[in-house]
Order: sequence, then structure tokens, then C-alpha cells
Amino acid sequence: MALPTYASTPQVIWYYTFRGICALIFFFLIAPILVIIPLSFNAENFFTFTPEMLSLSPEGYSTKHYEDFFNTSDWQQAMWNSLKIAPMATLLAVSFGTLAAIGLSSEHVPFRRAIMAVLISPMIVPLIISAAGMYFFYSRIGLQGTYLGVVLAHAALGIPFVIITVTATLVGFDRSLTRAAANMGANPVTTFFRVQMPLILPGVISGALFAFITSFDEVVVVLFVGSAGQKTLPWQMFIGLREQISPTILAVATMLVGISICLLTVVELLRRRSERLRGMSPG
Amino acid sequence: MTDRTTGPDQFTGATPDNALRDADRAEAASGPMLAADGTPLKKSLNRALRRQKMRALMLIAPLLIFILVAFIAPIADMLFRSVENQIVSETLPRTVDSLEDWDHTTGDLPSEGTFRALYVDMFIAAEKKEHTRLGTRLNYEQTGVSSLFRRTGRDVDDFGELYEDQFNDLDAAWEDPMTWARILGDPDWIAEAEGAEAPGPDFVLRDGVETALPTTAEVYSAFAEFTQTEDEDNPLEETPWTLVYTALYWDLMRDGFAYSGPESALVTAAAEAAPGFETVSMQENFVESDKDWGSTAVWSTIQTYAPEYTPGYFLNSVDAQLTPDGIEARPENEQIYGILFKRTIFMSMTITISCILLGYPVAWILANLPMRTANLLMILVLLPFWTSLLVRTSAWKVMLQQQGVINDILVWIGLVDDANRLIMINNQFGTIVAMTHILLPFMILPLYSVMATIPPTYLRAAKSLGANDWTAFWRVYFPQSVPGIGAGSILVFILAIGYYITPEIVGGTTGTFISNRIAYHISSSLNWGLAAALGSILLAAVLILYWAYDRIVGIDNVKLG
Repeated sequence: MALPTYASTPQVIWYYTFRGICALIFFFLIAPILVIIPLSFNAENFFTFTPEMLSLSPEGYSTKHYEDFFNTSDWQQAMWNSLKIAPMATLLAVSFGTLAAIGLSSEHVPFRRAIMAVLISPMIVPLIISAAGMYFFYSRIGLQGTYLGVVLAHAALGIPFVIITVTATLVGFDRSLTRAAANMGANPVTTFFRVQMPLILPGVISGALFAFITSFDEVVVVLFVGSAGQKTLPWQMFIGLREQISPTILAVATMLVGISICLLTVVELLRRRSERLRGMSPG
Repeated sequence: MTDRTTGPDQFTGATPDNALRDADRAEAASGPMLAADGTPLKKSLNRALRRQKMRALMLIAPLLIFILVAFIAPIADMLFRSVENQIVSETLPRTVDSLEDWDHTTGDLPSEGTFRALYVDMFIAAEKKEHTRLGTRLNYEQTGVSSLFRRTGRDVDDFGELYEDQFNDLDAAWEDPMTWARILGDPDWIAEAEGAEAPGPDFVLRDGVETALPTTAEVYSAFAEFTQTEDEDNPLEETPWTLVYTALYWDLMRDGFAYSGPESALVTAAAEAAPGFETVSMQENFVESDKDWGSTAVWSTIQTYAPEYTPGYFLNSVDAQLTPDGIEARPENEQIYGILFKRTIFMSMTITISCILLGYPVAWILANLPMRTANLLMILVLLPFWTSLLVRTSAWKVMLQQQGVINDILVWIGLVDDANRLIMINNQFGTIVAMTHILLPFMILPLYSVMATIPPTYLRAAKSLGANDWTAFWRVYFPQSVPGIGAGSILVFILAIGYYITPEIVGGTTGTFISNRIAYHISSSLNWGLAAALGSILLAAVLILYWAYDRIVGIDNVKLG
């Protein structure tokens, strides 16, 4: 990719122009996320940089929007709701999803393609359609506006991610290990927890993170399936953006970016570990 | 058992599958092999294979059932709702029956019998407060029906007072609920219900009363059921609806009326007096309540929408409507869904093309830089991918506002006058920019994974054969990257046409998608049938695209992170 020494002038110009274009696109990708971080420390209730901020004077900055977040009952309630819903949905998605992924990856599964298509479908169907269908159906069976309804809906949305990540990990799983364990007298449950599970754990954890972030970020389905009692953090942000826009949203957004960075790091580390393990295994 | 039935050898080692093949080969050489317990080896291996299949299915079953209940059933319910129309025939069953023979083309109003049927249906519906729901439903097809139903629902109570008063004037016994119960109720039921705590045992009609007083028996049963289930009162203690008095009048006036049974003296006396009663036709009553009942338009709407399933919602969602004369396009000024669908597709395509234009160079540079640098730059792609959708949407709101960051910078540089700040939000531009940013990682990642497999030597080979930079790229590199463009484009397009949140926040009125309309119909206009029909059309479009994606890329190749 480096510029060869014999490059002509137009080639040199193009080389640097192209890099410039790419830099601009990267800037486009990352700038909106970076912009909100300093703005969330704005001392004023503005959504733009004040002269004090630009001159980097300390008066221009404050943490009052963060204090606002921690002192407003609406935001606190929303945060607790999110923290109550997402882990439950993740637990459901991961326990069902891991079992099914193990089943799907065994040698003979009748109708494998059809089953896979059904299990992946929550990822394909547009959220607004899932939300509409769930709203209609859950109100028929009395789940609309309940905690359980939201958890079930979010678990369904998270399942495809668990299936995909766990099946991907299982591709590199050496089956002679379970046979060896069985041979040495371990029953299927022991084999699963002592042999298979530790090896596919990275896949399960990254599937869980995907399922968690799906539920934690989800707003369309919870808007319809939930009621005011299940108002989650994204829902509260959505209301704020649509109606009474307040800079507290930027403080929340910044904290969410922090969470995203942590999750991204964990997933990346897990992926590397799983690749390393796969490289070592004889299969 | 041969390879053909069990599939190719996917796994090496001692699986039942492989053992079966071994057994096959051994059998061909030297007769059937026996397992340790004496059964033929093939048989016991087949059993093991079956058990393995069962185990796999057992592992999948809980999730499959979960998804079917929590996700597939709601989707099926939505599809069902888009054609369901039972509300008309459930709320107005008698009217619908009676309208079957009516021909709207003659221009005549339906017969008095139909008006009577409507009176009975309307009265019961108004008591149950169901008439407004039906009015709202029919109002989607013909404006004005909603208020018509509401007004008539209020008036319908008074239509029968005329008869009630005349019966009561004739004999005070008609005011007594017990009189009615004795004429119409089963003696055993009366004995049980007397003194029983409200609502008492379920009403039972007396044998034979249906032949003598058919309409009265029908409406009294409805009254008794309503009293017991809705009001939770004992019918023995409640004066019947005015509807029941009217029905009795109709029955008494019937040709060949004959009655024998409890209270026969009272009934016979009433039957003799009835021809002298003052009377008004139901048609007059209805037309007086609202003159719309005197036009055929309302009646033909009811007749057209009488069937239990209707294509009406789907026709509405393509700017057409079902009229008594067949399918017609809506008037020009009411056509909104065609525009909305076109806009959704146009904007999704614009977003997809912008994603290709921005994603291609980035994917190229990521695929061609040294591993370490590429991994570092990849973070810039993955971080937005992992960041909450609402965070990115709020970021764009902050950036694009008139008092926002971009306008501030432009004013500061001097490109834009402070008084004429650019309007970049609450229009199509805002939606396209924000969604391009949000969906760009979905284009870059598949493009990158395809480009990473294209050997850089091909470009060098092309150049050494005399191609200039452009020819080498366009004739050699680009064709190989087309699968990546295809995969990324379909993915971005599928995601874009179903977007709701971002257009809702930055789209204003001109930058909204069909999904915003669906949400509007669910939560504001409450026209669920239309929302379901619009949703079904969108779902069909997505599934076709998804099928194409599966053909081009394969669903198993979906990768994350």
C-alpha cells in the first residue's frame, strides 16, 4: 500500500487525496460521538459550544447535567427499569439460545435450515413490525404493559445474536472431547458443564453481551409492549429528544458511550481468545 | 443405509453415522455383523442415530417453542388482523343477514324489516357500548359514519318508549318484571332465580315460546344475558328494555299470531288492543335521528364490509378502497400511502448509495493497510456500531440543529450568514445524513470481509501487464468486490426501510418513513387493521429482500463483530 518510489506526480496526488477522503469519512463516523462528550460537560443549557468552552476556561464546564441525571426521579426510574429488564432478557436468551445452538450444531438435525430461519427471524423482521405484532398479540393475552411481556419480547429479539455467536464458536469445537469425556464415565450433564461449556464460553459470553446490548438499547418494542411502569433509559431519551429536549440527554449519552467502549473491548478480547483456542485445538 | 441417506461424512471419528457406513462395508464383505447383545449391528446403530436426532431436537425444542409463542405468533396475529373484519357481522348480525338480498343499485332504501333488524342490533350494541367501536371502524371507509352511529346510539333508546307506554297504559302488569319472566322464562329457572342472590342462575327460555313470540324471545334472551353478565343483576327484578316492548308489539301484529301459556289472558288482551296502538315505522325513527340513514350510501358501506374477512385495509394501504361497485382508487387529495411507500424506498436507496460511496474507500483502505493500523482504524468503525442508536441520533440532533455545532462552525468560518442558518434537521436531509451514519458500519463490515480475501497481487499483475491504475481497479479489483457491495447493500436497505426511531426524531414531516405511519396508526389513530396491513406489506418486502440476501450471501455467513 505504500507509495512506490517510481510513482508519477498524479499518482502521488491521488494517493494523498484518497487518504484525505478516507480520513474525512472516518471523521464523519466518529465525530458525532466525540462531539457529545465535551458538550455534556457544558455549564449552560445549550447544545452547542459556548465561548467559555472554546477558550477552555473552567467556568464553561460543569458536571451539572450528570448531577441532574442522578437526582431526577424519571431518569433514575428509567435506569433501574433498564437494569431490571436487560439482565432478565439476557438470561432467558442465553440459556435457551445456548442449548438450541448446541442442538443445531450436532450432526443430524432434521429441517435444520427451516429451524434456523425461524430462530434468526427476530433479527430480520423490522423492529416496528415486531413491535406492532407483539403489541396486538400481547394485549390479547394480557402481557401488554407488564414486566414479563417486555422481558419476553426483548429475549426474543436477543436470541438470534446468541444463536449466531454460539454456533460460530461450536464450529471450531472438537467433538472427540465430549466423546472422550463420555468414554471416561462422565454423564452428559457433567460433560456439558466440565468439558463443553468452558470451551464455548467465549462465544456464550459475547452472545450474552449482544443480547444485553440489544435489550439495553432497544426502544421501539418497549414503547409499544411496555407501559409507563417499564419506561427504560432509551425510552426516556426518546421522549426527551422528541419533546422537552434537555442537555441531561447528552450526559446519559456520554455514559452510554462509555458502556459501549467497555463492551466493545470485552467482545474483542473474547474473539481473540476464541481464535487462539481454535488455533490450538486439533479439529 | 448408505451415504446418500445420512449425508456426507462431516465428522471424522466414531459417530453412529460413520459406524453405520463401516457396518455397511463389513456386511457387504461377510454377512450381518452382530452387536454385543446379539442384535444386528446395523439395527442398534440406527437406533443410536435416531436417539441422537431426538436429543438434538430436544435441545432445540424449548427455544423453538419460545420463539413461536413470543415472536412468530405475534407476527401471525398481525397478518390476521390485516384482513379480519368480524366486528361488523358481530355487532350487527341481524342487519347483515337482512341486507344480504338488498341491491344497492336500485337506489331504494332497504325494507322495513332491515330497519327493524338494525334497531334490534343497534339497541343491543348501544347497551353494550359497542356501537361506537363499529362506527369508528366504518368511518375508515366512509367519513361521517362514526358520528352517525354515536348519535343514533343515543337516540335508539327512545324509539321503543312509544310502545312501552302503550303497553303500560293497557295493563299495569306489563310494568312488572315478573310478568315478562313468567311469559318468557322456563318455570324451573324462575323457581331457582327467585330469591337467588344477583345475578342468579343463567336464563333459560321457556319451551315453545319461540314459536309464539319469536322476536320477543330473542331480544328478551339478549336482555337477560346482558343483565346477568354485564350489570350482574337478577332479570326477575329488572324492567326489560324498551326494545322488548317493541318486539312484543311486532310479534302481536304478526299474521296468524296465537299464544297459549302463562299470562295468556294478559297477552291475548294485548294482542286484541295492539292493532289500535299508535305506531311509527322504524325507517322514520332512524331517518329522524339522522337523515344519513335515508341515503343508500351508509347501507351499501355496511353491506360491502359485512363479510368476516376483507381486503379493505390492504386496499386502503395502496390508496384504493372497496366500494359497492368494486375497487376504486381514492381521490387524489387522499392518496398518501403511495407517496409514503415511494418516499421510503427512495430514501432507503439514497441511504444505501451513500453508504456504498462512503463505505467503499474505507473498506478498501482497511483491507490494504498493514494489520496493526487496520485494526486500530477498525475501532473507529466498530465504536459507532456498538454505540446506542439513541446516542447517535441525539448526536445528530445536536449537530444539525439551527443552533447546532455544524451551523455554528459554518457561521464562524463565514460560509453562512448568522441570519440564514441552514435548516438541516426535520427534513429528508437530516434523516438521510443521520441514517447513513448509523448504517455505514453495516456496509463497511461485509465489504471489508470480501476485500480482505482479494489478493493484492492481482492488481500488481494487471499493472505489470500494462493496465493503468484506473483500468486495473475497474476491470480487476472492482468486479471481485461486487459480492461485498451486494451483501452490504441488501443489509443496509433491509435495515433502512424498517427504521422508525431516527426518522421520528430528525425526520420532521417530510423525512418520515412508512414505519412512522404504522406507529401513528397503532398509538394515535387506533386504526389497527390499517397498521397491520401496512406492516404486512413492509414485512413482505423485507422477506423478499432477505430471501435474495440468503441466495447471494447465505444466512449462515452472517457474522457479528
